[in-house]
Amino acid sequence: MTQPNPIIDIRGLNKHFGDFQALSQVDLSVETGEKVVICGPSGSGKSTLIRCINCLEDYSSGSLIVNGVKLSEDNRDIRVVRMEVGMVFQQFNLFPHLTVLGNLTIGMVRVRKMSRTDAEERARHYLERVHIPEQADKYPEQLSGGQQQRVAIARALCMEPKIMLFDEPTSALDPEMINEVLDVMTELAATGMTMICVTHEMGFARRVADKMVFMEGGSIEEIAPPEVFFSKPESARCRMFLDRILVH
Amino acid sequence: MNSRPVSILLYLVVMWLIVQLAVNGAASMGYNWQWYRIPQYILAQTDNGIQPGELVTGLVRTVDLTVRSFLLAVALGLVVALLRLSSLVIGVAVATGFLEFIRNLPLLVLLYLIYYVCGPVFGLDRYTASIVCLAVYHSVLISEIFRAGILAVSAGQWEAAQSIGMSRAQSYCYIILPQSIRFVLPPLTGEAVHLIKSSAIVSVIAVAELTTMGRNIISDTFMSFEVWLTVAAIYLVMTLMLSIFVTRLERKFSVASR
Repeated sequence: MTQPNPIIDIRGLNKHFGDFQALSQVDLSVETGEKVVICGPSGSGKSTLIRCINCLEDYSSGSLIVNGVKLSEDNRDIRVVRMEVGMVFQQFNLFPHLTVLGNLTIGMVRVRKMSRTDAEERARHYLERVHIPEQADKYPEQLSGGQQQRVAIARALCMEPKIMLFDEPTSALDPEMINEVLDVMTELAATGMTMICVTHEMGFARRVADKMVFMEGGSIEEIAPPEVFFSKPESARCRMFLDRILVH
Repeated sequence: MNSRPVSILLYLVVMWLIVQLAVNGAASMGYNWQWYRIPQYILAQTDNGIQPGELVTGLVRTVDLTVRSFLLAVALGLVVALLRLSSLVIGVAVATGFLEFIRNLPLLVLLYLIYYVCGPVFGLDRYTASIVCLAVYHSVLISEIFRAGILAVSAGQWEAAQSIGMSRAQSYCYIILPQSIRFVLPPLTGEAVHLIKSSAIVSVIAVAELTTMGRNIISDTFMSFEVWLTVAAIYLVMTLMLSIFVTRLERKFSVASR
C-alpha cells in the first residue's frame, strides 16, 4: 500500500537498549484518519514503537517523520510534535495533585497559553465527550480506574492533537471497566481521529481498525486489514498468536 | 499494660536524678546560684520602661540569621539538586564538586574560610559572612533532600507532562515539584532545626546572636551555670516549637494533597 503523504512515516527504525535490540528495521506508514492496532506478545517492541512516535524513547537509527517533522535530537522539534500527538498510558499517569479539571487545563494554560476560562470550557466539553462531566472537581484517586483512564483520554484530547497514541489503555483495568474505555475510544475513532493503539482487545480491533500490525521480537511480522488479518494471516507466528488469544 | 505512663514516670525519675546531681555537685563546689539576676537579661527594666534584655536581643538576632540563611539555603539547595539531575555535563560536574567540597569541610573551617578569606575579598561583613556560611553548608544537605524528593515522583509523571508538550522546566514547575513537597517537607524541617542549632557557631566571629550574648553576660557576671542553662532552654523552646508547627503542617498537607 503506497499512499501519498502519510501523517506518520517510519522507515528502517532500529532501537537498542544496550545489547538488546528492541526494534529492528521497522517500516510503518499511517494516513491521516487511519486507525492502526498493534498487537503481539509482550516484549515484542509494541510499546517501544509508539513511545518512539512521541519521542518518549529515542531511536538508534532509521527515520521517523511525524506530521511532516523529522524527529531528531533537536528539542524544539520534539515539543512541536508532542503538542500534535496525544498519548494515553497503561497506568493513566494522571497528575495526583490536581483535580480532574486541573489535569485537563494545565496543558492548555501552560503549553498552549490559553486563558483559564477558555481552557475550562474546552475541558468541560471533553469531559462531556468521555461521559464524566460530573467528576470535574474530584481528585484522580477518588475515581475508578475506568474513569481515570477516560480523564487521561480527555486530557490528551484537550490539546487537540492530530494523532492519538494508546499504550495498552485497558490492561491495568478491572474487566468491568474495560468497555467504558473502549466505547470512548470507538466514539473517538468515529470522529476521524488518527489513532495508533497497542491493545489485545481484538473485538475493538475488529470494529475499529483500518490496519492491523503484528509485531514479534522487535520487528513487524504482518501488516494487513482486519478482514484478512483475522481470517488468513500470512505469517505463521501471527496465526499462532491469534490462536492463543482468540481461544476464549 | 499501657507503657506511656510508665515511660513518662521513668523520664521524670531520670530527669530528677540529673537535676539533683547537678544541684548537689554545684553545692559541693560552693557554687553561688544567682537565678534572681537572670530575668533582667530577658526583659530589662530601664529608664525608658521595659526593654528587651540582652538574651532576647540575641534571640532575635538568631531568628533573623536562621530565617535568612534557611531561605537562601533552600534556594541554593534546589539549584544544586536540579543541576545534579540535569543532563548538562557541566551542571552535574559543578554541582557534584560543590557538594563534595562543602560536605567534607567542618562547619567551623567553612566559617573561617568565608569570613577570613572570602570576607576581605568580596567585602562581606561578619553578619553577611555568617548567613552565607550557614546557607552554603545547609544547602548541600537540603539539595540531597530535594533530589530524593524529586526522584520519589514516578517516571510516569514526567512522561505524562512531556506528552502534553511541557518542557523540562514546565514539568518541574507544575508537575514534579508540587508533588515533591510532600516528600520534602518533613526532612526540610529537620534541617531548619539543625540550622538553628548550627547558627550558634557564628559566635566565634562575634556575631551578636544568642550564644555570643550568653558568653558576654558570663564574662561580666561569672554566672555560667544559670546563663548556659537559660540559653539552652531558649534554644530548646525554639526548636520544639518549630517541630510542633511542622508536625501540624505535615498533617494538613497529607490531607490536602492526598
